[in-house]
Amino acid sequence: MPNTETYNDQIVRLFLLAAAVWGVAGMAIGVFVAAQLAWPALNFDTSWLTFSRLRPNHTFGVIFAFGGSALMGTCYYVVQRTGHTRLALPGLATFTFWGWQLVCVLAMATMPFGITQSKEYAEPEWFIDILIAAVWVSFGAVFFATLARRRIKHIYVANWYYGAFIIAVALLHIVNNIVIPVSLTKSYPVYSGTVDAMVQWWYGHNAVAFFLTAGFLGMMYYFVPRQAQQPLWSYRFSIVNFWALISVYMWAGSHHLLYTALPDWVQSVGMAFSILLLMPSWGSAANGLFTFNGAWQRVASDPAAKFMVLALVFYAAATTEGSLMAVKTVNSLSHYTDWTVAHVHSGAIGWVAMITIGSLYAMAPRALGRPAMHSKRSMELHFWMHTAGLILYVAAMWTAGVTEGLMWRATDANGALIHPFIDSLIAIRPFYLIRFLGGLLIVGGMIVMAWNLWHTAADARARLIKPIPVPIPEPEPLQMPAPVPARA
Amino acid sequence: MAKGYKYFEAVEKHAGKLGILTAIMVSIGGLAEITPLFVEAHAITAVEGVAPYDPLRLAGKDIYVREGCYTCHTQMIRALRAETQRYGHYSISSESVYDRPHQWGSKRTGPDLARVGGKYSDEWQRLHLMDPRAVVQASNMPAYPWLADEQLDAADISARMRALQRLGDPYTAADIAAAPTALEGKTALDALVAYLQGLGVSPATEAAP
Repeated sequence: MPNTETYNDQIVRLFLLAAAVWGVAGMAIGVFVAAQLAWPALNFDTSWLTFSRLRPNHTFGVIFAFGGSALMGTCYYVVQRTGHTRLALPGLATFTFWGWQLVCVLAMATMPFGITQSKEYAEPEWFIDILIAAVWVSFGAVFFATLARRRIKHIYVANWYYGAFIIAVALLHIVNNIVIPVSLTKSYPVYSGTVDAMVQWWYGHNAVAFFLTAGFLGMMYYFVPRQAQQPLWSYRFSIVNFWALISVYMWAGSHHLLYTALPDWVQSVGMAFSILLLMPSWGSAANGLFTFNGAWQRVASDPAAKFMVLALVFYAAATTEGSLMAVKTVNSLSHYTDWTVAHVHSGAIGWVAMITIGSLYAMAPRALGRPAMHSKRSMELHFWMHTAGLILYVAAMWTAGVTEGLMWRATDANGALIHPFIDSLIAIRPFYLIRFLGGLLIVGGMIVMAWNLWHTAADARARLIKPIPVPIPEPEPLQMPAPVPARA
Repeated sequence: MAKGYKYFEAVEKHAGKLGILTAIMVSIGGLAEITPLFVEAHAITAVEGVAPYDPLRLAGKDIYVREGCYTCHTQMIRALRAETQRYGHYSISSESVYDRPHQWGSKRTGPDLARVGGKYSDEWQRLHLMDPRAVVQASNMPAYPWLADEQLDAADISARMRALQRLGDPYTAADIAAAPTALEGKTALDALVAYLQGLGVSPATEAAP
């Protein structure tokens, strides 16, 4: 019987488009709110243009709209390729796309108007949360149903990370958002005070762990070997790191609440597990980087590989910094300052955005039926704009954060505080300006990428692309033991 | 292949087992840390000297939540010398038992507000919310002028108090019945100022002569 099964890349293309659009939008809002911190009159005395109302739009826009669309799109791409099978449940898969876009539009359209739970990184109100849960469960159903019909018996490690990402995010989202609605636009959480703080940061920290780390590691474990054109440095190491990462991360949330009214034992446990986290974090970063061993010349010629390598370097750097910041002594200085902002952005702009951009550049030509991206030079331009913006941003915020921390605790010979609070704000004003300029460069780079993707998609828009047939593997006994560790 | 591989093979070739094991591994940490707190919280809900918000302050707290003040202000004084010197006694768990959601925050673009109550006059708070730079020249806080024009919804407050009552906050039927009149003629600005002026001020000490 001739093989007529093809990969479902239509859904991948939709998510690719959404990721490009939300990337530009989410980061542009970020630049606008950064400008407001430097020039506060920029809210024009209008409620829905005010920093405190718009800041969740930036975080939701980049994490869930941009990151979420990129993750779901690459997940559908990877699970088909590594399982040699077409995506299961096509109707439900289409629902996950439109459902997720509706979630993003609803959230972005309600939060600036004060319809918010004001739980950090879980701001959308209860009716949007229900929709998120429905889309997420559907996403999980499509993913696991596709795994169930795979033709390669062995489940490639990238899918493990995607699977953990789906399971853990469902758990986190549901537990953190249990509320009693008062009306359509207002609800109260069932948790209060200290318990709410613990649940919130268990969620907030693990949203970073499973949304911004496990999911993107799934992306990394597929696209990095693909772009290096050789197998993963150590397959076994990737699996050890998987179990370590998913079990250790969940304990570390309480490091967001050091020296607070949270019981001391929970603080200490969180701090200890945060140190342990160094191992799986460095492990994955090293595994990705060593995969380029013997193929480093590709990094010079391939901008997508450049993005991936720098992403891994920033992954290692940001997780090292994170574990250090979870040590009480360091945290007493860094917490509540812009150092935290520097840290999350070295993770978000450095690791998450760069591995996403690298993966999108690797995936887009294949999903769009083209030999390569439309313009390689604009990929290079994007890389350097993004890198320059990232370094400006992180250096400025790091300096600002340490300045604030030191000024807040400075005392004179008699033990009295030296600086009124406002002095620290005056001192860091110039850094807010530099951060704004860094953000502009990053958004500029995203616009270059969107332009490049638009031209690469010309054939797809004209419906000139042919679906790619699924390669049907040999029967099980003849299968090569899939991904072999490459160490010679 | 190592000897134990056959056991591992059972996991990496079966999506169901892999999914279940993953779900177990990711649940342990949260369960270990949250369950004891949850049990403990139910034991210490009724704390001496901390009463639930009166209707006007509750409305004010909900405006604080709605405007997203937590993005720049914390309400958590850490047990560190420099913090207690600047803001007063460190925050304790019982002070936020009626905060749904908690407002501990994570970033201080502006100062901590856990004990801001009574630090400035009502008039200062009003001016500051209407135009922060009128009273603090170097401030980068946005102005919130729309609060002064917004009349509070007296009908809505009863529904909110009933929801909180269901969650265990000790409001009486009389409290809820009297709530709408407490809000009559008040603006969002009045409510927010009342809330801010109550922060860190113990109702027990306030009621004392």
